Amino acid sequence: MSFPYSEKVMEHFKNPRNVGKIEDPDGKATEGSPACGDMVAVYINVNKETQVIEDIKFESYGCASNIATGSVITEMAKGKTIEEAKKISWKEATNELGGLPSVKTHCSVLAVDGLRAAIKNYEEKQGIVTEKVPTDMDEVTKRLRKVMNPMSGLDIVKTSIVKDIKIDNGAITVELDIPDTHQFASNLKEEIHEKLDTIWDIDSVTVKFNE
Amino acid sequence: MDKITNSIYMDNSASTRMDERVLEAMRPYFFDKYAVATSDFGYSMGIDAKQALAESRSAIARSINAGDNEIIFTSGFTESNNLAIKGVLKALKKQGKNHVISSTIEDFSVRNTLQKLAKEDVDVTFIPVNSEGFVDSEKLADAINDKTALVTVQTANQEIGTLQDIEKIGEICSQSNVYFHTDATHAYKRIDIDVSELNIDLMTMDSMMIHGPRGIGALYMRKGVELAKIMDGGYQEFDKRAGPENIPGAVGFAKAVELIDEKENQKIKEMTDYLRGKLLSEIKDTTLNGSADRRIPHNVNVTFHYVEGESITLHLDMRGIAVSTGSACFSKSLEASHVIMGIGGDHERAHGSVRFTLSRFNTKKEIDAVVEAMKDIIENLRRISPLKKKE
Repeated sequence: MSFPYSEKVMEHFKNPRNVGKIEDPDGKATEGSPACGDMVAVYINVNKETQVIEDIKFESYGCASNIATGSVITEMAKGKTIEEAKKISWKEATNELGGLPSVKTHCSVLAVDGLRAAIKNYEEKQGIVTEKVPTDMDEVTKRLRKVMNPMSGLDIVKTSIVKDIKIDNGAITVELDIPDTHQFASNLKEEIHEKLDTIWDIDSVTVKFNE
Repeated sequence: MDKITNSIYMDNSASTRMDERVLEAMRPYFFDKYAVATSDFGYSMGIDAKQALAESRSAIARSINAGDNEIIFTSGFTESNNLAIKGVLKALKKQGKNHVISSTIEDFSVRNTLQKLAKEDVDVTFIPVNSEGFVDSEKLADAINDKTALVTVQTANQEIGTLQDIEKIGEICSQSNVYFHTDATHAYKRIDIDVSELNIDLMTMDSMMIHGPRGIGALYMRKGVELAKIMDGGYQEFDKRAGPENIPGAVGFAKAVELIDEKENQKIKEMTDYLRGKLLSEIKDTTLNGSADRRIPHNVNVTFHYVEGESITLHLDMRGIAVSTGSACFSKSLEASHVIMGIGGDHERAHGSVRFTLSRFNTKKEIDAVVEAMKDIIENLRRISPLKKKE
């Protein structure tokens, strides 16, 4: 058999660089879900003076394309400033890998999204968000779509676990259609906080359950 | 680019290595007796060919305790399934019967045939299966109505190896006077099937899953079953399947059937059980897919949680090991296995599922090598998986 992937992809797949997680990272993000087949988590530590990414690690639940792109993108981002790293495109990453089969685009885009989301998470935590767009329902919904419903592997918006969302003067209230005694209640609450707490113009996040 | 020759092949529900003895049996029908089967009044070479075809048909018939004139040779399981389903529906259309009942976990040759017919004028009911893959026979019985022409439920599942209770399903169909077709592609010759004792009206068999040549299969059709031709041409195969007979194929198929015995299946079962035991006990966070005890002897299907199947199979391939997975990333369609989803599994369970199917050519030594490789690969992939930390 000859492999459907370039030698460079195979090399990164066999020996992925920068694998693992950083404890208490300056920025982190998870993109994808088991339902869509692939998932990638990116962790970064950034020098607060120079804004250079000094350490970066990734984890992947995915196919060879996902693992290889995660590996190559961490290699490309390390040592760059966050502004430079944000600009790394999917095209540049796949070129670096010598190309990917077109059906695998989705799996590789996730890694690029993961890096950008981790940088955004860092910026939000530091309060240095450059594009200060006021938070609206779309933004909150978009973020909640990254929280998975462990029962189905699909996100909590799609599976109608999110009953209601309110945004009021820097405060977000998310109402979930499960009781607080539910086996995943605390997990979901924690994940929702993780996705929303850092938004630049939000001061408080409340997660409510069914009575 | 590295070229890999798979030295350990454990994907025997996709295709099998042909046995040399099968090739030897076929050889004369390529080089010496290559005529088509003529009538008894034809020329000698054609009469010889006709004789070989008749003997092969007889061997297939004997293997399931059927009559010689109840076996139709086809090009394989895909054609047999198409012929059974479309042929019966076409024949019973004038009686106003246009309803088919099937299960949610059938092979694509049944599933896609039915889904296409459903877009035309056929009603299709897909009966769900339970967590082990068994069809709910009560729901099946309830689904039968005046318009039901056919029930088609596989004998064994292609991915998880679950053996359906075809005796019970046959009984239900017989009581309701509905034809019962079973796709036995993955069970034929691996378990005993006696059509004289089971209420089976039509049954699909294939040669390439049992070390025979590819491009040849058969459809058992009980005497008296109404079935219309679906492909037009000559009058071959009792005027049910047009086209010159594949005589070397039929001879090879018959030889392959003759070569499998109970002892071989027992030996394969012991190896499969050994592999299953090792995978489930030596690797953490694994789930057996399918039934614990009612399964074909050569299949073990396990989900390795927190990891994705294409990554597993690619790593195995680099070590010369061939298996398959229900992961979306592995398939051309990028869809997760409908079988694993059908037994109530989620996407994660499908993505991490790996099917090992054994044959007479596998050895215990190979199994030990596969187990060692799996332990190493799963450990490495879990080390980089973000799912694992949720514990």
